[in-house]
Amino acid sequence: MLESVFYWFIAVGLAFDLFGCIGLIRLPDVYNRAQAATKCVTLGTCLILTGLAGLAVTRGNGAMCVKALLCAAFILLTSPTGAHALVRGAYLSGLKLWEGSVEDAFADRAERIRNESSQPASPASPEEGVTHREEAETA
Amino acid sequence: MKWLMCLLLVFALWMLLFWEFSLSVLASGLFFALIVSTLLGDIFPDNLHSLFNPRRWFFLLLYLPYFLFYCVKANLDVALRVLHPDVPIHPGIVKVTTTLKTPLAKTALANSITLTPGTLTVDIDGQDLYVHWINVSGRDLETRSKLICGVFEPMLRRIFE
Repeated sequence: MLESVFYWFIAVGLAFDLFGCIGLIRLPDVYNRAQAATKCVTLGTCLILTGLAGLAVTRGNGAMCVKALLCAAFILLTSPTGAHALVRGAYLSGLKLWEGSVEDAFADRAERIRNESSQPASPASPEEGVTHREEAETA
Repeated sequence: MKWLMCLLLVFALWMLLFWEFSLSVLASGLFFALIVSTLLGDIFPDNLHSLFNPRRWFFLLLYLPYFLFYCVKANLDVALRVLHPDVPIHPGIVKVTTTLKTPLAKTALANSITLTPGTLTVDIDGQDLYVHWINVSGRDLETRSKLICGVFEPMLRRIFE
């Protein structure tokens, strides 16, 4: 009985992972895709690992339970951080939002960050700073 | 002190992951804990005394199911949008403000935001958060801040501040 509950955990987790993958294909740009990838895949994978931990307990395997729960905790902490870094990097490297987007409050701040990071390097490589600014203008 | 805490934490994690008490595991665990704490001890959080405050742990335990509920809700929302034939999204990057002060609390808030309703933190600048929102709603800064951060701020303040 209890075991079947944990199998359901794993099944639901797999379903959420699948939704995340469908989102990766169907959504229009990097930012929206990162949304689907982080949310659905994080919850899905955590559910799978929780189900695994439960199964390990019913079979008296304490080590497996602790390891699965630790992995779940790590994914819960690192997955949003990774998505944040990816999206920030994508924006700063000049990738535009999807044309259907309604608002972009980050443009000014991104411009400032680009200028700050290009200024110390500008005496050594002036071309790089110029191309960065041009990209920002077209965006 | 900070260095020692980091060392103990890494060593405890190592032991939990290996789950056996043999000399080789203990020795290699100590070796790697030394390397990690020497390299990363500086960025270990400062306010260590709060780690032993049971009230914070209580609220952390309370926060987990609370957060999980919103996380599942967000997931169902995103799953629905993805499976809907028209893909109904109105994405955009909005700016919201937070009242949290410490870096650790802000990190936790940013991570919580990323895992809940259609939002993804792009950058933090002081008290401002830049958030990519899959379905932009609300007109001004206050309503949006309340919609995005208001859910978690009271709990996180009790845990981290």
